[in-house]
Amino acid sequence: MFRAAVRLSVSGARSLTRTQPRCQAPLASRCYSHGKQETDEEFDARWITYFNKPDIDAWELRKGMNTLIGYDLVPEPKILEAVLRACRRLNDLASAIRILEAVKDKAGPHKDIYPYVIQELKPVLSELGISTPEELGLDKI
Amino acid sequence: MLRLTSSRLGSLLAGRPTAALTFSIKGRAASQQSHEVSEALDMSRPMYYDRVDMPLPDKPYKDVLSEAEQKLKQKEKGPWSQLTNEEKVALYRLKFCQSYSEMRAPSAEWKTVLGGVLFFLGFTGLVVWWQRIYVYPPRPRTLEDDWKAMQLQRMLDMRINPVEGLSAKWDYDKGQWK
Repeated sequence: MFRAAVRLSVSGARSLTRTQPRCQAPLASRCYSHGKQETDEEFDARWITYFNKPDIDAWELRKGMNTLIGYDLVPEPKILEAVLRACRRLNDLASAIRILEAVKDKAGPHKDIYPYVIQELKPVLSELGISTPEELGLDKI
Repeated sequence: MLRLTSSRLGSLLAGRPTAALTFSIKGRAASQQSHEVSEALDMSRPMYYDRVDMPLPDKPYKDVLSEAEQKLKQKEKGPWSQLTNEEKVALYRLKFCQSYSEMRAPSAEWKTVLGGVLFFLGFTGLVVWWQRIYVYPPRPRTLEDDWKAMQLQRMLDMRINPVEGLSAKWDYDKGQWK
């Protein structure tokens, strides 16, 4: 309740009793000591907008993807869907597969994240005809 | 233009302040001007890299494509479901050198390192042994057992440290240690 009340004060009252730092959130959120905190939804929306740009170019795709992988989180499937569609617009299948590999690598020891992501992305993968790295045998050495 | 011989460069290359991740660099050998160095890497141009933290490098692994490869790239512009698995893998390998599994694969380098360390330790042992035989001077007379016995007897006779030390621990009546 307190958090909702604070968020409604749009002009950003910089009171010290602001929201708690959400450092335990598994996705998104940097831990600033001051300033407005971006929510998970805002973060996701920002990145989806970035990749949904209709005339996105190859550099922007690479930059966006490298930056996203640099964050301490596994991107949400809806962001990845936007990325895969951007790859399709750029006629770049190899990057699409690479991105799936990167997501699996990002999950690290949490082995249940990647199957979940693939499950969520199944419609997009079959629509665009993207094979997973496992289907292509790229997960073997 | 910056030039470097193609060798392992590690984090020197990373324009970003990441932790030192070693990665192998595949760049084009400089064309006409490198007569003094055999294979100079032109670092002013975008380079390829295999990094787990940066999945999409600045340029594809292979940019000089053969006829068949160019045809495949044309086919990539159509629906991807029409590509066979082999074609998809071929497209991947055109763009990237190592897959994530290959990047992460452990090497057997540690065996070489450990073997080398133990070998040189052994060699050092042999050197020390040789030194003991050929370099060390003869053993001092004062370290022989009989000399040490006589020395101890003399110290006891002189009552060295009679209160709390050596002679205090010797039982003079029984002729043995207390």
